[in-house]
Formats: sequence, structure tokens, C-alpha cells
Amino acid sequence: MLPRLISNSWPQAIFLPQLPEVLGLQDTEVYKATVKDDLTKWQNVLKAHSSVDWLIVIVENDAKKKNKTNILPRTSIVDKIRNDFCNKQSDRCVVLSDPLKDSSRTQESWNAFLTKLRTLLLMSFTKNLGKFEDDMRTLREKRTEPGWSFCEYFMVQEELAFVFEMLQQFEDALVQYDELDALFSQYVVNFGAGDGANWLTFFCQPVKSWNGLVLRKPIDMEKRESIQRREATLLDLRSYLFSRQCTLLLFLQRPWEVAQRALELLHNCVQELKLLEVSVPPGALDCWVFLSCLEVLQRIEGCCDRAQIDSNIAHTVGLWSYATEKLKSLGYLCGLVSEKGPNSEDLNRTVDLLAGLGAERPETANTAQSPYKKLKEALSSVEAFEKHYLDLSHATIEMYTSIGRIRSAKFVGKDLAEFYMRKKAPQKAEIYLQGALKNYLAEGWALPITHTRKQLAECQKHLGQIENYLQTSSLLASDRHLTEEERRHFCREILDFASQPSDSPGHKIVLPMHSFAQLRDLHFDPSNAVVHVGGVLSIEITMYSQMPVPVHVEQIVVNVHFSIEKNSYRKTAEWLTKHKTANGIINFPPETAPFPVSQNSLPALELYEMFERSPSDNSLNTTGIICRNVHMLLRRQESSSSLEMPSGVVLEEGPHVLRCSLVTLEPGANKITFRTQAKEPGTYTLRQLCASVGSVWFVLPHIYPIVQYDVYSQEPQLHVEPLADSLLAGIPQKVKFTVTTGHYTVKNGDSLQLSNAEAMLILCPVESRAVVYSNTREQSSDAVLRIQSSDKVTSISLPAAPAYHVIEFELEVLSLPSAPALGGESDMLGTPEPHRKYKDKQKTGHCMVTTDHKVSIDCPWSIYSTVIALTFSVPFRTTHALLSSGTRKYVQVCVENLSDLDFQLSDSYLDTGDGTDLQPVPLNTQSQQHIHSKQSLFFVWELKWTEEPPPSLPCRFSVGFSPASEEQLSISLKPYTYEFQVENFFTLYNVKAEISPPSGMEYCRTGSLCSLEVLITRLSDLLEVDKDEALTESDEHFSTKLMYEVVDNSSNWAVCGKSCGVISMPVAAEATHRVHMEVMPLFAGYLPLPDVRLFKYLPHHSAHSSQLDADSWIENDSLSVDKHGDEQPDGSSLGSRGSVHSVCSGEHKGLPMPRLQALPAGQVFNSSSGTQVLVIPSQDDHVLEVSVT
Amino acid sequence: EISAWGSLVARRERNLRQLYPTGTSKVYGYVTNSKVKFVMVVDSSNTALRDNEIRSMFRKLHNSYTDVMCNPFYTPGDRIQSRAFDNMVTSMMIQVC
Repeated sequence: MLPRLISNSWPQAIFLPQLPEVLGLQDTEVYKATVKDDLTKWQNVLKAHSSVDWLIVIVENDAKKKNKTNILPRTSIVDKIRNDFCNKQSDRCVVLSDPLKDSSRTQESWNAFLTKLRTLLLMSFTKNLGKFEDDMRTLREKRTEPGWSFCEYFMVQEELAFVFEMLQQFEDALVQYDELDALFSQYVVNFGAGDGANWLTFFCQPVKSWNGLVLRKPIDMEKRESIQRREATLLDLRSYLFSRQCTLLLFLQRPWEVAQRALELLHNCVQELKLLEVSVPPGALDCWVFLSCLEVLQRIEGCCDRAQIDSNIAHTVGLWSYATEKLKSLGYLCGLVSEKGPNSEDLNRTVDLLAGLGAERPETANTAQSPYKKLKEALSSVEAFEKHYLDLSHATIEMYTSIGRIRSAKFVGKDLAEFYMRKKAPQKAEIYLQGALKNYLAEGWALPITHTRKQLAECQKHLGQIENYLQTSSLLASDRHLTEEERRHFCREILDFASQPSDSPGHKIVLPMHSFAQLRDLHFDPSNAVVHVGGVLSIEITMYSQMPVPVHVEQIVVNVHFSIEKNSYRKTAEWLTKHKTANGIINFPPETAPFPVSQNSLPALELYEMFERSPSDNSLNTTGIICRNVHMLLRRQESSSSLEMPSGVVLEEGPHVLRCSLVTLEPGANKITFRTQAKEPGTYTLRQLCASVGSVWFVLPHIYPIVQYDVYSQEPQLHVEPLADSLLAGIPQKVKFTVTTGHYTVKNGDSLQLSNAEAMLILCPVESRAVVYSNTREQSSDAVLRIQSSDKVTSISLPAAPAYHVIEFELEVLSLPSAPALGGESDMLGTPEPHRKYKDKQKTGHCMVTTDHKVSIDCPWSIYSTVIALTFSVPFRTTHALLSSGTRKYVQVCVENLSDLDFQLSDSYLDTGDGTDLQPVPLNTQSQQHIHSKQSLFFVWELKWTEEPPPSLPCRFSVGFSPASEEQLSISLKPYTYEFQVENFFTLYNVKAEISPPSGMEYCRTGSLCSLEVLITRLSDLLEVDKDEALTESDEHFSTKLMYEVVDNSSNWAVCGKSCGVISMPVAAEATHRVHMEVMPLFAGYLPLPDVRLFKYLPHHSAHSSQLDADSWIENDSLSVDKHGDEQPDGSSLGSRGSVHSVCSGEHKGLPMPRLQALPAGQVFNSSSGTQVLVIPSQDDHVLEVSVT
Repeated sequence: EISAWGSLVARRERNLRQLYPTGTSKVYGYVTNSKVKFVMVVDSSNTALRDNEIRSMFRKLHNSYTDVMCNPFYTPGDRIQSRAFDNMVTSMMIQVC
């Protein structure tokens, strides 16, 4: 068929090739006779057709050739022909030798022939096509000229396409059509821009026929001819062009491109008709598109198998969807989507549309499912339309779903829902709307949500789902994407329903609150959300109404959950006030529920540290981490998407509610205040918020974050605490009294009865005031405190104060100084030990001695007395020492100020008792002295006596003191006293040591022995203190055993020989004992003399241990052996006597040992202490030892 | 942003495509190297916008978006609240309409 369509301008040789002459030449004669003439004639014919493409083939016979082996090459027929015809083109003559034989030579010659033929054919085509294309291009260039016609040009370029198609060059053929397509589109666009071409006006004629694409025939001759006759409409041209493109694409095995191009074409055609302002009867285009879609789909189905189609739904689904859409609009147009069916006008329109379809084409007449038949049937009746429309819709939805284009599927579903709504079948529409809405909600498409909700509202209204309808209405009424009027409409729907008298009273319709109003913030007053029993708590909430009009709410109710706190201490005011430091405002996060950004966006973990402390000592009881939004994180995923389900809201009923009646909620923020009187102590948790409008209840099921308030009840309490860190004894100190009234109301005349402690005075200043504070630390009143004191009781009358208030006042107390009774515990060496009771508390030596005073207070609210212990610290620490100078004795008292205050000391006095003639002579003459904080002051007295003094002397030191800073004190303060005893203060022995250089030397030298002379002199006769175990009596002479020991602790001396020994000392005045020993100085310089110690030597069998420490025993083993020897014989003769210092201890190594008792410091006077001896270095000692410390 | 891509013919640029065609509008999608997607919906009847215009619009959008991302105070993923970006988008829409 194709060649018929190609014009005569093409060289016939190409398409009707005059086969080259094949000459089976036998000899030259024959050639000359006939063949040459024939060839000449043929050549003339070719010339007449101006064809330049020819080829002469000479077939040679092999056998013949062999016979004429010696023929000259020049004279062969081949040469002759070449000479005659191929003057310039020698390649136009080909020799084919023995074509029927099977030899290599034959093969070769065939190959050569075919190659030549192919080359020449290609050359010929190239030349001719090039020429044609040039002509075509020239024609196209003329398109701006007035007479140019697109149809004419169309035919020319199509011819080229035919040529390519015939040559099986489908790709090239397709390019020709695509170019035509693009050119035409360009013209249409330009026309739209005002640049119209004359020829285009022809395409603007009204559309009269809309019979769709025809793809079953390779060439739609009918349409082609109409184009040729320039009678084609735009749809005709487009249809024809597409049918050709389709054919070629199918040849190229690209059916999916057909589908995709078809969709583009259909969209494009609709646009072009609009652009060219072509008048189209209503529905005509829909018919055309519907038919075309189905035609394309059927054509594709015709050339693909099922599996291929199924796997390429993505390409075809667009056409399905488009067809569905168009059928739907046809249905609406022709009145097929209604309850009543089409009216006469609709029927007329249907008839017109069907007329435009024309008669069915012969090629589809036999097929049962042809697009033409389908459309005709669908438009024939309401039932048929429904069937076809549902078929198409379901197929499309299924396809979209299968390729994952859920949104597109939902969109078709929404159309279907609309269809059902028109058909008054809302129950069928509902699933589609719900499905679409769920999808939009999950993905957060705000506008589609609004649109779908509007549809759904209508659907639910028809279905009579009152709750669902009201809920959707509330959502729509709060939807900002709707106009004010629409929102009002939906709001009115709710209010109208609410105002209707309900058929069953008490029936409630529970709706979620978030669409109606949102809880923005909540504010407690008092701000710590803690209130005592009977107190008033107000809660102010801010509700943001989403409704477009003011809504009268009958009541707003907050359900409160009450729980008795297990930890009873939580209920104390201190704990609660300490733990709620927030300003009492709780903000609620704005609800993001309507448009979740994504399903996966779970709220972030809200983790908080939790510390629970013990109330008594504030130590940590428990600690942990609390996740505050567990309910958000752990809830089921599905529930988050079922936001539309009202069933999830359960109205809680409880005995504890906060209520606020007759409130008008204006659009926007509203403040609502709840007031409640606290009843039972415990914790109250706000659970639900409900607003009731008639029988409609809007419920906020959970108030989150958790809001709580606490109610507590408290017993009255009295606290007494010092104002300063610690109270000092001896001077007036301020103490703060705090009465926490709790539930008790303090009446006029109520008083605190303080039973006086012995050593503590309560001072009563004239103008002392009590201040009454409210629970929130606001001062409410103050009053003068009236205090009445008697011997035993101090009565403080309290000012009247209501319950849950605090009364505070200050009193001054004075602890009378009392020196710790030291008695026998002092020793002559100084440093009296602190009182045993306080020893444990002393961590360092500088802690103050404390005394406790207990005060028992009778409170008006209790039959029991409150005992309060106040601890006072003695600001001073006192030590004493006995100092000797020969037989003269001095007492030194050191007063150390441990407090942070400065004091003035005055009138120091040492009382030695009346019974003795001892006279302390003070060496300090100043009467007043200042003692600063952390400093010490010394007082010294010389003891003088005339008679023999007693062995023990009780002393009492007293000094007046007052704080240095205060000018005047209202009362006279008691002096500070310190009692101690001085014992054994009478000097018995004088020890004198002397070192003399070796004889003949002037100075001592290092390394050379020097002599040490120790002179022990008894200073008194037998005294009371001498009567102990060591005393022996013979012939009225008394003697005592003493041990001396020479020790050099500073290692300056090396004692040679015995360093110690036992001597028997006569107990008589001026009795002396001389000891001589050798010492060697180890260093040069002024060296202090080695120490000489004296001990009493006591018999071994006594149960008392010595005062010598174990170290010295071990150090000097020889001594211990020595002592054993000396002691053994006479040990039994001595009686034992108790001693103040004796402390039991086990005997060393189980052996009987003599005991040593150090002589008290007051009994021995070392007259050589402090003296030094000059030691010069020895001559041969060249080594100078330098020790650097 | 539409996550699924239409299976339409690849244009010269790999990152710019026309997405699902509809009867009334053309939907174009553009993806950056970092997989950020822009979608533009154009009325089908608007013939003034050819591929070239669409491409340049996307390029402008991309540049402006890059500027937004370069802002050190912007957290990627947040809603874009840049005035410059808004102005650019608005000006593009005005120019088309």
C-alpha cells in the first residue's frame, strides 16, 4: 500500500527498479548483434527518466573461458561493454562468473557483486533522500509566506516518513512525525500568543465529530484524505498523527511509550482546543478522551501479554484514571448520577453526544468490548452507567494501590464517594472518605483534610451518626482553612443540636475537646499549689476557644483524683513549700494533633531526675529517673491515627470535681477561675477537663503535663533556735522563738510557760515584739510581747493568730558561767584535761566546752511539755601551770579566747582558800585587759608562805568578763571562774650538773672525754610527801631510794659507762649526793648539758607500774637487769600506797620489776638547766660536718 | 514533597522531570544531589512556561534554598522561615501569574 502513497517526484528506479540487464553472453558476435542495441535502448530509457542509478552484470561461463584461454583481455565482452557504456563509471559493470557453480571463485564473484550492488543502492538512496529532504526544508522555510499550508507540508514530510517506514527505518519515520507534531504545537502556542497563521484558522472550526482515536489500522486513510483536502479538524489531525506515531512505536516494541504519549496527547488536545477557542459541545471532549483512552488501552492490550501489562501498570494507570474521570463527568452531564435519573434535557444532550460519535467503525464492529460500544452502553441507562463507572473506578483504585500511589487511589475514592452521595448511598461513601481522611491525616495534608471532612460531615449527617457528625462539625468549626461563614455554619450545627431537648434526659454526647477549645495554661493561687485544710485554693485556667462564635457553656468541670500521700512527711508545710518553687503557672504544649508532620515523629523522652530525701536529716533516700510522658511513648500506634474516633474518650466520674458554671467562651483566649475549699489532706491530681453545652460534653481526657495540688494539715509546732551559729555562755544571747500555729488558732491569753532552768536566765527586755506571718510569709500583724517572770516560771503571752500562721519573736537568754569542776584531775605539769563528757566531741584542741540547758515549755495546744535543749559554749579555755625558781613558786593561768568575739577581762583574782597562810601575790597589775578572738592571756601569781605549806593547794581563779564591743549591759555578768589544784609544789631536791674539761685542758674538745659532775641536794627535812614506799628508816635516819638518769635527747653527748644509777638519799636538809660520770661531746659549739632526771625507785612487787615508758626499758636493757639486781633483796619490806597517777598495767615479760616514779616537777629543781658548755673541735678533726636542715 | 517519582521521560537534565500529568496542571519535580526534592505545579493552560523557564525557576529555588541551608542558625528539617526565601518564591509566583 505504501508505494501508492509516494508521489511521482521520487525516482522510479528506486521503487520500481528496472533490474539490471543480466547477459548470458556467449561471444562477442552475439553481443554486437543484439545485446549492444538492447543496452543502448535501456540506457536511453533510463536517461529519459533521468535516472542515474544503473548496473550492468555480465555472467561468464567457466567452461567457455577455458576454451578461449588466449583471448586478449581487451577484446573480451566485458571490456567491450565497459568501453561502450561505462566510460566514466567503470564500477557500473560487474562480472559474475559461474553463478551456479559451487567454487571459491564463484563465491568471490557473488560477494563482489553484492557488495557493489549494496554500495550503489545506498549511494542512490542517500542522494535521493538528501535531495528530497532539501526540497522539504525549502518548503518549510517558506512557512512564513502567506500561501503556505501546513497540510501540504504535512503530506510532503509524511512521504519521507513513508519512505523510512518502507525501508524499515521506523525510528527515522517516527522522527518525521514528531517534527510535524512539534511544528503544529508550536503554531498553536504562537496562535495563543496572538501570532496566528492563516491556515490555522481552518483548524478552529467547531468540533462536530468526536469519535476518538483509531489505532487498529496502520493508516487511517479517511483522515489522511481529509488532511490532504484541507478539511481536517484539529482533532482529526491530532488523531491521525497519533495513530501514525502509535503504529511506529508499536513496530519499535515500545507500547508503554504509546500509553504515556497518549495521556500527554489527550491533555494537550484539550488545552489546544481551549487555546484556539474552538467551540466544542459540552461533553464532546469527554467522549473523545474516554474513547481515546480505551482505544489506546485496548491497542496496547492487543499487543502485550497479561504479565507484561501487569508489570507496567504504572504506565497505563494514568489512562485508566483519565477515562474514569471523563466518564464521571459525562455521567454528571447526562443526568445519570442522580436518584431520579436523567430528565428530558439530559436525554437530549445524550442523544447529541451519541450523534457526534457517528457510526461504529467497521474494524471494531465485531468486537464486543469496543470503546464505542462501552460508551454507548454507559450513556444508555443509569444502571449501565453505574456498572461501567464502578468497574472503571475499582480497576483504577486497585491499580493505583498496587503501584503504591495511595494518594491517587484515595483521590479516585473520593470521587467515588461523591458519586455515592449523589446516589444517596452515604453508607457506601463513608468508607472511602474515612480512608482518604486517615491517609491525609497521617501525612498532614491540611487542605485535603478540610475538604474531606466537609464531605464526611455531610455523609455522617445523612447517615445519622450524631456523635461523629458533631465531632466532625467541631473539627470543621475550628478549621482555619474554611471561611468564617462555613465555620459558623458548623458551629451552629453543634449548638442547635445541643439546644434541642434531648429525648432521653441525662444522655450525654461525649466529644474530644481539642477541636472545641484548647487548654493553654493553668495558674494556681497560692502559687505553690499547696494549701492547708480549710484554706481556699483558686485555679485559673486559660482556654483558647476554637469556635468562631461565643459559646455559652453551662459548666466547666475538672475531675480531680484524690490520693492520700503515703509519705506523711510530705504533708508538712516545710516540705511542700520547699519543693514547689515554680511560679505556679503550668503551660500546656499546643496540640499538634490535627496535623501530625509524620507518623514516626514520636515525642521526645521527657526525663527528670528524682531525689527523695528523708525529712529528718535531709539525707538521700531514693533517687532515679522518671519519664514523664510514658503514656505518649508507649501507647499503641494505631490510636494516634484514630483521632476521629470519639469512642476513645471516656468521661470519668469522681467525687472530687472543680466546677465553674455558666461561662461564655469567646473566640480566642478565655480565663476561667475555679475556687475550692480544701477539705481532706492529700494530693489532688487534675485529670479531665469537661465543658458541657446542653447534652454535648467536650472532654479533654488527660490533662498533661500532670497538674497537682496538695492539701495538708499540720500540728502546731514550736521551734527555738539561736540567732547566731552557737550560743556563748556568760553573756546575753538572742534566741528566736517560732510558733507555727498549724490548725490551732491562738487566742488572746494563750501563753507559753517556760520553766526556768537553774543556770539559765531568760532576760526580759521591755520592748520586744512578736510578728505574725501568714502561711506565705506575708506579715499580717505584730504585737508587743508580754512576759511575766516569777522564780520558777516565765510566762510569755502570745498574740492572737489565726490557724496556719507563724508567730515569731526573739528573747535574750543568759547562761551563767560555770567552770567545769576539775578537782583532782589537774596535774602539776599543766594542761588540764577537758571534761570527760566533752572529750569525745573534741576533734581538735580548740573546741569550746559546751553546756546544755534544758527548758521545758508548756504550750497552750498541748498537755505535754515541750523540752528544748539549748547548748551554750564556754568562750574560754583555761590552763594552769606551776613554775619554780629554786624554792620560790609561781602559778600561771592561761586564758584562751576560743570564740569569735573580743572580750574585756577585769578583776582577776586567785583564791587559795582560807585555811592556809599562803599568799598569792599577783604579778599582773592591770585591772582591765582586752582579749581578742583566738588569743590567749596569761596571769601569774607568786606563792608565798611562812609555815610549811600543805601538799595540795586548791585554787580558784576568777575573772570578770564582758563583750568588748558592747558599751553597756543591762545586767551585771557573773565572773568566769576556773578551779584547779596545785600539788607537791614544795621543792625537795636541787639537781646541779656540771661538765668540766679533762684535766689540763681549758676547754672541752670533741671526741675527748669530759667529766660530768651531778650534785643532788636535799633541801628539806622529812616531809609528809616523802612518806611512801621508797622511804626506809634506820637508826632514826630516813633515806629514800632515787634513780638518776642522764639522757641526752639531742645526741650531743655520748655518755660513757653507766648513764643511770640508784642512790640512797638521806632524808635530811642539805644532804647531798655526788655522781661522777664521763661524757664525750660529739659536736663542737655551745652545747646544752644533758638532762639529768630523778625518779623515785619503788620496790618491784608492788602492783603499780612505773611511769617510765616501755621504750626506755628496751632501749637500755642493762639498766633493767641492773635494777633487778638492786631491787630484789629489800623489795618485800615496803608497804604499798595508792597514788593519784597509778594506772594499772601488766608487768613486763612476766618478770618482777622495780618501778620508777617520776618526781613531780615541783619537787625537783634543776639549777643547771639552760647552761651551756663550750666545746671546741679537736685538732685532728679536719672533717667539718655541715648539716643543713 | 511527593516521594514517588513519575516514570516519565528523562529530560536532558537528570534531576528535573515532569511528574504525573493531570488534565489541569503540570507537576514538575526537581531533586538536588543531597536528595532534597522540590515540586512545582503549573497550570496546564499557562503556555508561557516552557522547560527552560521551569529549569531556571528550579535553579533559582535551589540557590535560594542553599542560602537558607548556609544560615548557621537554621536547623535542617525545621520549617523554613527565611524572608529572603519567601520573597524569592513569592516573586517567582507573581512573575508567572
